[in-house]
Amino acid sequence: MSLKNLKNPGLWLTLVVVFILGVIPIINNKASAREETLTVLLSVILVSSLNILLGYTGYISFGHIVFYGMGGYVGLFLISVYGWSLWTAMVAGGLASGLLAFLLGSAILRLRGSYFALATIGINEAMRAFISNFEPFGGPTGISLNFQVYNQYGGAAQALWTIYYVVLALALGNILLSYVVKTSKFGLGLQAIREDEEAAEVMGVVTPSSKTWAYVLSAILPGMVGVLFFFKNGNIEPGPAFRLHLSIELLVMVMLGGYGTIAGPVLGAFGYQRLRGLLLTSDLFKNIQLTVAGVLLLVIILFIPSGAVGWIRHRFPVTRRYLP
Amino acid sequence: MILQVSGVSKRFGGLQALSDVSFNLEEGRIMGLIGPNGAGKTTLFNCINGVYKPEEGRVVFRGQDITGSKTYHVAKMGLARTHQIVRPLNDLTIRENVIVGACFGRENHSLGGAEKIAEEVLEFVRLHERANQLAGSLNVGQKKRLEMARALAARPYLLLLDEVLAGLNASEITQMIGIVRDIRERGTTIIMIEHVMQAVMNVSDDILVLDFGKQIAFGTPEQVANDPKVIEAYLGDPTLAAELSGKKSSA
Amino acid sequence: MDILTFLVDGLLIGFVYGIAAMGLTLIWGVMNVINLSHGPIIALGMFGIYFAATSLGVNPYVGVILVSFAGLLLGMLIYAIAIHRVINAPHLSTLLATFAVNMIIIGLGTTAFTTSAYNVDFSLGNISVGPVNTPTTRVVAALASVLVTGALYFFLYRTTLGKYVRAVTDNRAAAELMGIPSARILALSFGLGTMLAAIAGGLIATFFPFTILSGGAYELKSFVVGVMGGVGNPLGALIGGLILGTFEGVIPAFMPTSWVPVLEFILFVVILLVRPTGLLGAKK
Repeated sequence: MSLKNLKNPGLWLTLVVVFILGVIPIINNKASAREETLTVLLSVILVSSLNILLGYTGYISFGHIVFYGMGGYVGLFLISVYGWSLWTAMVAGGLASGLLAFLLGSAILRLRGSYFALATIGINEAMRAFISNFEPFGGPTGISLNFQVYNQYGGAAQALWTIYYVVLALALGNILLSYVVKTSKFGLGLQAIREDEEAAEVMGVVTPSSKTWAYVLSAILPGMVGVLFFFKNGNIEPGPAFRLHLSIELLVMVMLGGYGTIAGPVLGAFGYQRLRGLLLTSDLFKNIQLTVAGVLLLVIILFIPSGAVGWIRHRFPVTRRYLP
Repeated sequence: MILQVSGVSKRFGGLQALSDVSFNLEEGRIMGLIGPNGAGKTTLFNCINGVYKPEEGRVVFRGQDITGSKTYHVAKMGLARTHQIVRPLNDLTIRENVIVGACFGRENHSLGGAEKIAEEVLEFVRLHERANQLAGSLNVGQKKRLEMARALAARPYLLLLDEVLAGLNASEITQMIGIVRDIRERGTTIIMIEHVMQAVMNVSDDILVLDFGKQIAFGTPEQVANDPKVIEAYLGDPTLAAELSGKKSSA
Repeated sequence: MDILTFLVDGLLIGFVYGIAAMGLTLIWGVMNVINLSHGPIIALGMFGIYFAATSLGVNPYVGVILVSFAGLLLGMLIYAIAIHRVINAPHLSTLLATFAVNMIIIGLGTTAFTTSAYNVDFSLGNISVGPVNTPTTRVVAALASVLVTGALYFFLYRTTLGKYVRAVTDNRAAAELMGIPSARILALSFGLGTMLAAIAGGLIATFFPFTILSGGAYELKSFVVGVMGGVGNPLGALIGGLILGTFEGVIPAFMPTSWVPVLEFILFVVILLVRPTGLLGAKK
């Protein structure tokens, strides 16, 4: 709300925890730990940006990953064809995703409930199929970067570290952003839409523009980190860039942590990625990793549908003030 | 003249929900909107505040034509309403519910300003002690008062109340009528749909009677209660007819 | 091949798309649940007739009948375990619950069958009519689809249970007041939906190779077809399937095949936007 709300202990606790976890690989100077944490931080960014649309506004998107892929494509295109620097390309990727969200949102956000969810699946698939045919973006083979491109960032090894710092900063920034949005007047309007869209309109919430801006806000950061991730990868292809499965994993992470909260998505991203890592490295579960994750998801949906943080908030109402 | 409704008609498929409804409402008055179930009362509200766009006719609010305007535009111009079936924002607190009303209503407050209004309005409807509770946890009577509080927080010029007395017990009804009167004292014009006949006859300055979508009477409570067409419309419902004539004899 | 052959091939497959979509929209229409485990169940139908043919040595079409009963039971089981508890919860819960089932099936399926391709070794030769020459299995699949549609209509409109299903679709609360056991009817409806998915998978497996992941593509097609035909409208789904099949058959004559999905999904989103009740209207 006002600045006094920035004193919320739950927000700072979340930021401090993410910061400490993010700094550990830097202190230890270990590349393997860095890669692990990077995956988690990317998830944190994707999940808490999705939360703006899903958790605050109540619109279920199965196509959040579109913005990640779109940003990645625009960024790599600008870097490889026009020789842009990574940082300007990153901003351009974010803006491109924001613009895409604006155009899509103006059209599809008037669909409600399952219809919106289905439209986002359609868009995800249409986008992947379209990019596979779009020659400037390399069609089915995508875009690959020349290895020398890393030289201007101090070589590949150094570039990976630099990208890591930026991702950490963006993750912290995104947590702050989602908190500011939630506690703003704009965010209150979004939550009113989530609870009852018609009642919100009757109270004067201008729903079409509110929803569209929520969509745009949720798209920009995924676009930016899409550029960073695929730059780090050195190439981008339609399949990995628009993987429907990843969008759904993001939904799982939101549910796991508790949707509509600040700490929930962060917890969900950490929890899910950690669990996935454990299952993938365990001999016993390696093969049925997906099944175990599915059972876990089902148990959460059936028995603690508001997620970990939501559950705590419900069980102990006192904590509502401290767990934004 | 705060509201001019002229020749409003609304159809749903083959059903003529409203036909040619016209009335003028002066500022500062309470108008009762009565009629048997299915007479089109809520539909008239929906046509006034933009939920439905009438096929014919015009709605002019404070000199501006708002026929078919979006609900949120109408809300921002100073027209607030409550719903017959309450629609609380369940997962928000009672205070937050009211803040939404103040933030997005006519005066377009910031969160800080809205919070002050919320305190005041919640005290007015006697919900201030529960301000931090979730709206979903209230009982029906309290939810009705919350609806009212949300609408009031918008500081509307005109307030549409859809059956705020239904489902309340006797003491709650008295309390609610007190609130309605106080709102008018503060200068807000009110239209209220009501089935509790004695209450609406008592509190209203004007009464509009709808039957099968048609306007069959408009006038003071006395005029309406004596109108043969009104009595006929209510004959199907002997208790209501009795209530009407009871009012007549006491008047 | 000429365009006529493409057209006929597309049309014949369209019938199968139709019953796959029918399964999806039956569930959607009755209980407002979008079944994201639809694809894996289609894939299970494929494996079902494969194992019926290889292990039991039965004719694949007998296999389809066995698979349809297995599909019915599996669906009712899924409903009881994963759906019933959240049937009245917000959309997200049912979407994710069915997706959890999807993950469980795909995970177990991958462990059991890996993701390599299987093939039911079966052929009935080809049928030639004029310039058109097409595998007989496709013709049989199309005929079977018509039969299944007819059976579904018979069930819904001529039997008491079917009447209950329609009553629950119309208004679950009112149906309960009339003494209809809505939980059992919902379970049955879900079972019917998965039964149709399994049959579709079984029929597809008689002419295409498949993997455990193959169902995904048909699930997406079912969305497209379902939305085209209108939610909960079985005949609409069949017609939608024919339109999609024809579309897929004809498009390659005018542009590279890779553009087909682009057009398909753009069409899908556009239909959602302009006519969310489907081109043929939703059936309540």
